[in-house]
Amino acid sequence: MSPILAGVLQLLALIAALALAYRPLGDYMARVYSSPKHLRVEKWIYKAIGANPTAEMRWPAYLRGVLAFSAVSVLFLYVLQRVQGSLPGSLGFSSIDPDQAFNTAASFVSNTNWQSYYGEQAMGHVVQTGGLAVQNFVSAAVGIAVAVALVRGFARSRTGELGNFWADLVRGTVRILVPISVIGAIVLVAAGAIQNFAGIHEVGQFMGGSQQWNGGAVASQEAIKELGTNGGGYFNANSAHPFENPNGFTNLFQIFLILLIPFALTRTFGRMVGSLKQGYAILATMVTIWIGFTALMMWTEFHHGGPAFDVAGGAMEGKETRFGVGGSSIFAVATTLTSTGAVNSFHSSFTGFGGGITMLGMQLGEIAPGGTGSGLYGMLIMAIIAVFIAGLMVGRTPEYLGKKIGTREIKLAACYILITPALVLCFAAAAMALPTPVNSMTNSGAHGFSEILYAYTSAANNNGSAFAGLNADTQWFNTTLGLAMLLGRFLPMVFVLALAGSLAEQKPVPATAGTLRTNKPLFTGLLVGTILIITGLTYFPALALGPLAEGLAS
Amino acid sequence: MTPETKKLEEPGSMSTATPTRAPHSDVPTGHKTDAARVGGGLFDPKQLLKSFPDAVKKLDPRVMIKSPVMFVVLVGSVLTTIFAIKDPTDWFGWAIAAWLWLTTIFANLAEAVAEGRGKAQADTLRKAKTDTVARRLMGKAEERVPGTELRIGDLVVCEAGDIIPGDGDVVEGVASVDESAITGESAPVIRESGGDRSAVTGGTKVLSDRIVIRITTKPGETFIDRMIALVEGAARQKTPNEIALNILLASLTIVFLLAVVTLQPFAKYAGQEQTMIVLVALLVCLIPTTIGALLSAIGIAGMDRLVQRNVLAMSGRAVEAAGDVSTLLLDKTGTITLGNRQAAEFVPVTGVTEAELADAAQLSSLADETPEGRSIVVLAKEKYGLRERHQGELSQADWVAFTAQTRMSGVDVDGRKVRKGAAGSVIRWVTERGGSVIEDADTTANKISQAGGTPLLVAVEDADGARVLGVIHLKDVVKDGMRERFDELRRMGIKTVMITGDNPLTARAIAEEAGVDDFLAEATPEDKMALIKREQAGGKLVAMTGDGTNDAPALAQADVGVAMNTGTSAAKEAGNMVDLDSNPTKLIEIVEIGKQLLITRGALTTFSIANDVAKYFAIIPAMFAVVYPGLDKLNIMDLSSPESAILSAVIFNALIIIALVPLALKGVRYRPTSADKMLRRNLGIYGLGGLIAPFIGIKLIDLLISLIPGIG
Repeated sequence: MSPILAGVLQLLALIAALALAYRPLGDYMARVYSSPKHLRVEKWIYKAIGANPTAEMRWPAYLRGVLAFSAVSVLFLYVLQRVQGSLPGSLGFSSIDPDQAFNTAASFVSNTNWQSYYGEQAMGHVVQTGGLAVQNFVSAAVGIAVAVALVRGFARSRTGELGNFWADLVRGTVRILVPISVIGAIVLVAAGAIQNFAGIHEVGQFMGGSQQWNGGAVASQEAIKELGTNGGGYFNANSAHPFENPNGFTNLFQIFLILLIPFALTRTFGRMVGSLKQGYAILATMVTIWIGFTALMMWTEFHHGGPAFDVAGGAMEGKETRFGVGGSSIFAVATTLTSTGAVNSFHSSFTGFGGGITMLGMQLGEIAPGGTGSGLYGMLIMAIIAVFIAGLMVGRTPEYLGKKIGTREIKLAACYILITPALVLCFAAAAMALPTPVNSMTNSGAHGFSEILYAYTSAANNNGSAFAGLNADTQWFNTTLGLAMLLGRFLPMVFVLALAGSLAEQKPVPATAGTLRTNKPLFTGLLVGTILIITGLTYFPALALGPLAEGLAS
Repeated sequence: MTPETKKLEEPGSMSTATPTRAPHSDVPTGHKTDAARVGGGLFDPKQLLKSFPDAVKKLDPRVMIKSPVMFVVLVGSVLTTIFAIKDPTDWFGWAIAAWLWLTTIFANLAEAVAEGRGKAQADTLRKAKTDTVARRLMGKAEERVPGTELRIGDLVVCEAGDIIPGDGDVVEGVASVDESAITGESAPVIRESGGDRSAVTGGTKVLSDRIVIRITTKPGETFIDRMIALVEGAARQKTPNEIALNILLASLTIVFLLAVVTLQPFAKYAGQEQTMIVLVALLVCLIPTTIGALLSAIGIAGMDRLVQRNVLAMSGRAVEAAGDVSTLLLDKTGTITLGNRQAAEFVPVTGVTEAELADAAQLSSLADETPEGRSIVVLAKEKYGLRERHQGELSQADWVAFTAQTRMSGVDVDGRKVRKGAAGSVIRWVTERGGSVIEDADTTANKISQAGGTPLLVAVEDADGARVLGVIHLKDVVKDGMRERFDELRRMGIKTVMITGDNPLTARAIAEEAGVDDFLAEATPEDKMALIKREQAGGKLVAMTGDGTNDAPALAQADVGVAMNTGTSAAKEAGNMVDLDSNPTKLIEIVEIGKQLLITRGALTTFSIANDVAKYFAIIPAMFAVVYPGLDKLNIMDLSSPESAILSAVIFNALIIIALVPLALKGVRYRPTSADKMLRRNLGIYGLGGLIAPFIGIKLIDLLISLIPGIG
């Protein structure tokens, strides 16, 4: 079988699996967030944290919940790393330095999972499983909770109430993320990923010398790493490491887990606003961009000319032979179009255009399909912007899902779309302008610039993948990337929740023949265009000096 | 009982007090050609030149800051000028600076031209507002004071030839008034004390008789003052949607500002530091200058299009709301049907031929000057070939004219007495003369009533005694083209509700004939109010027209309340628009103008943003192809040199503003249709067009520039 055909078949299998899971999971999640009943274990948790899960919250209260919970999480994770040296079960690793501990805490709480450390050489079982893995669950659950709050904003009228943050957080974790990752972990173990609490093994190498291998609860962390669009690998090599991602099947299964919840949430959205078609229109937008990016990526990676590339069937540098160009391309697009950031290949080694596609994917705001929750709310914000412009063109003041997009709504949406470009461009510009950060580059020229641009793109968009090559464990990068991750995660949430509150207070506007229909292909096309033009153009000059300069040079 | 139900029983009661110009009946249904429909504001290129000084005056930063996008361009113009002065030998710096100044001025020009059209109108109005001398009544005595000294509650006297010194209500007398100063309509109107025609406007002229007016408005706040402020745009405030759009544009400006500012460190690293002039040029090309420049002109022009249709919107908010209206309350009379009922057929009783009846009906109606009376004569002529006889033709005839008291008209001639009139009056007339009313007449009359018509009885008294000859069927005539108009509105998603004082039966018949979606029969002001509130509770925006004092609460409640200028001052205060022509059909046009305003805004925003793609393809290769030659592959327009590429993009960016001024003023072509079709069409023209047009435009400009020796 030719590598190209293999890649296409893998993509088709992936689409089929996602399509099968779409309806049941989407409907199930809608029930989870609408049901009045509480599980027994949930009641215990509410009692333990002293929360009243039935109390409806207005947006400031909901936001306070999000911020308080996340602040406590950052603090806990920071302290845990700082005292690692004195904890049992730490494989003898010492405590983490303050700047790296801050960076890692910010990274995992913001669902970014940027790693400036080597997992197997720095983090023991306690921090990995008791700290980082826990955040893999709850940071994803926070994302879904905020998305659900926004959906409730659309669905509800004449009330400012958006549901209860604690109930949404606990339910998302207990009823969605834990069960699916248990199944996911079993599948991964069955397919060859490791799962143990073993210590460090000294292993001799074929070519002489020795290597250290350590075990760990890898498969379980792997499952939630992908399912929660986290991306923080147990090992530094992430999903390229054979213990994490041993073969072609696990590779495809991991991509499936990455895309599962973000796509299915569009169904949940459709259910909750009472129009499945609205959900399909959003889904279609996400799928169009995702397929388009995947096709472009495969094209540029397979196409890369030259005798060496022809023999390998495409650009194989930095890619695992067990995944090939196809499996690596699909993974790279899935991980950068969501906020996952797990990698099974070196994005730095992709062709110039390929590297550009991974960057642009993140720069679009990770909304196709995006992170768990964050993808949906990011996409809905873009839908509001698109509706605002297009709505005028049908001769009415804009409205979306029966809610008017007035001054307040557009102000909040505009603030949302300002944040990440501001963080990415300002931090990257500062890094380029200062004398020392540039020393962290491995490469010079356009590729070196790409390393830094990629780092801030990844951090501010909460992706977490790295372009490799950049030595990010410096005080400058640990601190600025940490700030970019926190601001890039929580500032948008402030605006999303405020917007949700403002929408929920409105009375609905009935749809007429004069209303812009947002459940039609025409709207999907418009939304894709708006996303590509408005967010794409923001980064065009910067991309021109990095991946575009590199890609067009050949 | 409402005025409308009264009319049912007194078919002729309109006759005595019909305004001398009848605005309702002779107004076309508005179903004109598309060009004349909405839009069509004239644009004369000469206006650009004339408004140039105003445009330069608007360069004041305190004025410019109101449009964040154009303020950035102004700052850019200043910066590039400073850098050009620093290096005076560099033609490129001067050229960019010059075109950036032109960009700024073009934007101001657009606004100045839009305002200029209003100014001309305001000057005309000011002429009407000449200083008048008022004849103030102090008890019985009269004193002459300047119009500006009048206070609310003062009584003033106006006689033929006097200019009315201020807004007020007639408290005594009847007069014909020339209101052409405000409405542009030369035919005089009747103003009388009491009732719905008591309001007079300062600056209008009394043509006959004497009236006493109670002043209701302070000098300086009169209707004419407000009109001047409105058409001049002095009172213009940004509308909610305009504010929202401005916020979006401002945020896009910030995003692009960041993209350009942060580019310099990247460029420095790449080894291709950019000059300030090039960075400013890139920024100005990227920020949405087209819509930023035209936004306020679009708003002013929208108000102006209303003014041209003799509608005064008291707030821009109301114009925007008009685009959103989903329920129209339309008064039956004058809007849906012609102002008056017309004779449709003659139904004789047994033993009488139709021709006999027609003859009697015609004879008895000759002395009836009401529209209903005239329609009987016309029907007799058209259907039965009866030549219209004139009153003078019949000698010794004794004409009985129609009065509201007798509710009958007729003639006594050759010993024969013929009468025609309301059923009750005629029956009384016959029985008083010893005749009996044949049952036939009764059933026919009832049948006509039930079908929604009005029966008039025709009776005669001659040698054979007094008897009823038959019944004239008067019915409402639905205006031509109304059904198509309502179908269109339905496609646009607008529900029409007919408001009438008629009974439900009559109302249903007319509603079905006209094709409205719903009707409100036997409507009282309270019913209207309840209907509006019900619709609004469902999230709908409601538009209505009204003229009576009892309409005022409903006018105030409606999202778009259009008061008729003939109406009372209470109605005019309550509504947020005044129609100087007092033509209720115009409500439909107002909705269309509101929609057109929003569409123009959206279309130009889309165009403006779509333009950016091409500009990147022009400027980015020009900036960096030296250090990264591969980037020259992005120069798909094959522009001749980096300087020429950047300059061409800047020039295109400036010229497109001027090129789109006529569109901004006239509004984009609007045709009532569903939202889907409209979106597809506008996305095609302004979205795709906005993507492609600059590629062509920039290339053409580049070709021209490369012809200049020493460049390119």
